[in-house]
Amino acid sequence: MAEQKMVKLTIEGRPVTVAEGTTILEAAKTVGILIPHYCYHPGLPIAGVCRMCLVEVDKAPKLAPSCATTVVEGQVVHVYSEKSLDARKGVLEMLLINHPLDCPICDQSGECELQDYTYQEGRLDSRYREPKRFNPAEDFGGDVMYVPNRCILCTRCVRFMDDVAHEPTLNVSERGDRALIGKFEGRDMTHPWAANVIDLCPVGALLSKDFLNKARAWELDRTASICPNCTQGCNVIMETRENQIVRMRPRPNEYVNAFFMCDWGRLNYRWMNEKDRVEQPMVRGKNGLTPASWEMAISAAARALEGKRVFVAASPMLSNESLFLLTQLMQDGGGAFRVQEGEEAPLAGVEDLSLRRERAANVYGAETLGFKKTTDLLGGLRQGDVLVVAGDDLAGVDTSALSRASDVIVISSVLPTGSDRASVVLPIANFSEEEGTVTNLRGRVQRFTQARQAPGETRPSWLVLGDLLGAMGKQTSFFLPSDVFSRLASSHKSFAGLSYETIGFRGLPVVDAPATRPKTPIAVGAA
Amino acid sequence: MGFPQLPHPRETTVLSKYFGDAEARTLAGWKKRGGYKALEKALDMQPAEIVNIVKESGLRGRGGAGFPTGLKWSFMKPGDGKPHYLCCNADESEPGTFKDRELMRWTPHALVEGCAIAAYAIGAETAYVYIRGEFTEPLYWMEQAVKEAYAAGIIGENAMGSAKRIDVHVHKGAGAYICGEETALMESLEGRRGNPRIKPPFPAVSGVFGMPTTINNVETLIAAAPILLNGADWYKKMSLSSPKSTGTKLYSVCGNVQRPGTYEVVMGFPFKEFLYDLCGGPLHGRKFKAVIPGGVSVPIQNMEEAEATLMDYEGFVEKGSMLGSGGVIVIDDAQPMVTVIARIARFFAHESCAQCTQCREGTAWTTKILERIRDGEGTMEDLDTLLDIAEQMTGKTICVLSDSCAVPVVSGIKKFRSEFEALIQGRRFHPVAAAVA
Amino acid sequence: MTPSPELVGGLESPDYASHDKAAHGPYASVFTGDVKRELDELLTRYPTKMAALLPALWIVQRERGWVSEEAMVEVADLLELTPAYVKGVVTFYTMYHQHPVAKYFIQVCTTSPCGICGAEDVVKAFVRHTNTGELGLTSPDGKYTVIEVECLGACGFATPVMINEKFIESVTPDKVPELLAELA
Repeated sequence: MAEQKMVKLTIEGRPVTVAEGTTILEAAKTVGILIPHYCYHPGLPIAGVCRMCLVEVDKAPKLAPSCATTVVEGQVVHVYSEKSLDARKGVLEMLLINHPLDCPICDQSGECELQDYTYQEGRLDSRYREPKRFNPAEDFGGDVMYVPNRCILCTRCVRFMDDVAHEPTLNVSERGDRALIGKFEGRDMTHPWAANVIDLCPVGALLSKDFLNKARAWELDRTASICPNCTQGCNVIMETRENQIVRMRPRPNEYVNAFFMCDWGRLNYRWMNEKDRVEQPMVRGKNGLTPASWEMAISAAARALEGKRVFVAASPMLSNESLFLLTQLMQDGGGAFRVQEGEEAPLAGVEDLSLRRERAANVYGAETLGFKKTTDLLGGLRQGDVLVVAGDDLAGVDTSALSRASDVIVISSVLPTGSDRASVVLPIANFSEEEGTVTNLRGRVQRFTQARQAPGETRPSWLVLGDLLGAMGKQTSFFLPSDVFSRLASSHKSFAGLSYETIGFRGLPVVDAPATRPKTPIAVGAA
Repeated sequence: MGFPQLPHPRETTVLSKYFGDAEARTLAGWKKRGGYKALEKALDMQPAEIVNIVKESGLRGRGGAGFPTGLKWSFMKPGDGKPHYLCCNADESEPGTFKDRELMRWTPHALVEGCAIAAYAIGAETAYVYIRGEFTEPLYWMEQAVKEAYAAGIIGENAMGSAKRIDVHVHKGAGAYICGEETALMESLEGRRGNPRIKPPFPAVSGVFGMPTTINNVETLIAAAPILLNGADWYKKMSLSSPKSTGTKLYSVCGNVQRPGTYEVVMGFPFKEFLYDLCGGPLHGRKFKAVIPGGVSVPIQNMEEAEATLMDYEGFVEKGSMLGSGGVIVIDDAQPMVTVIARIARFFAHESCAQCTQCREGTAWTTKILERIRDGEGTMEDLDTLLDIAEQMTGKTICVLSDSCAVPVVSGIKKFRSEFEALIQGRRFHPVAAAVA
Repeated sequence: MTPSPELVGGLESPDYASHDKAAHGPYASVFTGDVKRELDELLTRYPTKMAALLPALWIVQRERGWVSEEAMVEVADLLELTPAYVKGVVTFYTMYHQHPVAKYFIQVCTTSPCGICGAEDVVKAFVRHTNTGELGLTSPDGKYTVIEVECLGACGFATPVMINEKFIESVTPDKVPELLAELA
């Protein structure tokens, strides 16, 4: 790669050095100055239409749109000069003249950029005395609803569909102050990535029908996580209210998902809220499975496993940490997993970003750790093995195979079919309730954290498995999932050198990740 | 005395010589009048020579901005391996302006010739003539002329036997003032909404279809032919004033005047004589009150300013306005200025492309306030608000449509404030303001 | 007297009503036979298919009198665009009719230069003499629609009026009945 020429300039009195071709807006970000803007989005082509990001540049005759102006050596930029502030105040007043000011009933309230910048830089009053423009709300299909009265015509949504989804479903219709976002009758926002326009909309004009009226933005708790619904591993924020996930939204990561996530992954969060859970450890007694203390259940399981060959039927939703600990249980046995499949749905304008065929978070991790991907989950179960069912619900599995097992231990969040054969049931947290790492299809190890509290006496899977191994006399002292990961990193060559600190919240590839993974940030807008 | 009348003796008819002469519309008729001699001459010259002569002549863009034409042509870098394009801006939509309409419907071959000369000079193989959709008659004649020129081998793959390919295509607009803005025109030509583009990149680097493009007004392109035939000096001498303004200029005159029409005078002609002598002065029993000399986008002049103006690029600026497109709108004492200005604002509100916030919202807001004042519902604060909105609409958007809407408002309030105040004070009680307060 | 240029553009419009989809069943393609060949020729003039969009829409309007949603789909398919994109373009340009219009579509310029020369009175005269009642409405006999239009670019010939493709200069209120009589 040719050496990039660097440009030095001054923004608000701070010296800035950035690569040639950088815009003033992006340069300002590097010194902690966020120039207010609406139409600009780093994942979209530049439009330069909202005129919100105007800044004063010494010696320039006019204010410059910082999103569309590249830096020049020696430039002196004033973001908060009187002229710049006055221009932005003007834009804010204009944006509000036809805006309904219905924040109390608007879903965007609290996370609205029009609200934020108006409080930050806007006028206290409006001089507008005329009637406001009105257009009725419209269902755009898919998960998208359009409220034109709140629209500021920034065209982010149109550009996303045109230049990123490569399926121009939205347009700007009409012109002048009659303009609004339009679509064609009968051609809905059913593109598998269409709902990203909701996140991109800086105001309350494009709303999620799924999230509509569910919560105010300030009632939400937000947790950095990974979408568990396919092997892409899109970085997400899980948003909860009263311990219920009510929304998942993409978290930018230029190595995985840019700024986006697919609609299927986004809306597939209800299973993590499900009430039908095992909440107590259970041990089989005279009257079948009966609740027991964790100590009793762990020692019962340890006794059942002691000296036996073990076969693990695992779930590819489990973390690397738990899968690794499961391998420690196997002794001479083996492990397998199965994965639900669906249709692949790429996002055309972003390199290597797709709703993947395999719909689970940690297929790559499971395979790396020696679990065999199969459609016949219990095919590897040999006569006399102890079967550990870890996370799989055994739905649709021929349970007659269970008769080969000498014993069945269930380590799961929900009770699997055929659990009448289980001697011990250890309830574990689901994906949203614990912390760990998963490895995406390009071998990128990514951390997820706990978004919800687990119900009842449920414990994190890594903790349960650590205790179980301890009860079996194996040396364990895992106080945190990072302790498990350290052990994994020191004992498995793929994970060598990785730690929670180095992985951070943007992930790192395993040592032997496939060559197809993007080594550089993924390109948005690629053909 | 300005088409549709006979030319006035004080006019200098170079481009408008054949207005009203139906025979000049045909290829045979045009050739009889010396047509295509300039193209023949051009094709024997080096492109750079042509650019130099045009530079030397001092010809400046006749569409409104007045950019030196030769300099613009010299921005095109020949031999970069890319297709080059010439666009002819025939979207004449500036209210008050209709000179290109006359040029195209009376001398369509002059434009074909001008396009071919310019295309050759800038190394373009294709020229698109973008004509506004409302111009059914100019469209008809231009299409006829292009057809005739192709059939005669004047344009096409071997233009006049020069072994040079020069294609000329007529492209019909569909009703959008903003497509007269050069980058909006290119967007429209590409099959998009007519949204002006952010500059840079400038058209000479990335124009229509992303390729180097030169875009010129109809009158500018037509002027190239006589310059080539008669030389740069001949053209330069046609000026009574500033050496920066040379040649003849077509003016479209309309409004409250005895003889509306299209006039051609040399640069620096005294505006007072133009208005009273050539155009015949005001209607019977009326007096001139104001003039908008360059289409509705330029500042309004009061008569004191107008009568002291020398008609060229610098002269109009000196007297508080701009030459613009040469669309002279004469307003007499029977017209309420607020009504005139409100109607201009309504035009811009209708034509805003909707991209930039200040323009989309500001043009409509301005119109609503002006119409309220016009209807006797205004307040004194409205005048301050109007000026403030105008300030927000000036110099802050991608193109100058927004600025253009602000211009008549600011100059109107400045120069005719008493008319605004009279309308406002004519009302004792203002229900809207009262309700808000 | 003005040396009147020959008029171009026919006064007679196609029988638009016969293309009304509600009355006449399924949509019939515009671009077949000679019309398709016309489009194919147009496509050779531009380096992209998209550039033929405005011309293609003009053809639709010439053939059908207006640009229906079905026609937008047809044009979109031919030019490898989406219907939403085409609609965004159609709604930008005021000359494409998104609804059927009357047999005589009358556009009167009322922008400032014509406004100060009495264009409002010309509009009123047209509305009165065509019985349309209101701007934008169609007369009870289905023959006329009258609208105000922004600058027609013939300001020196106030007030210019377009009736379909015909451009008429210097119309005054008293000339209106005569003009309408010519149409009938």
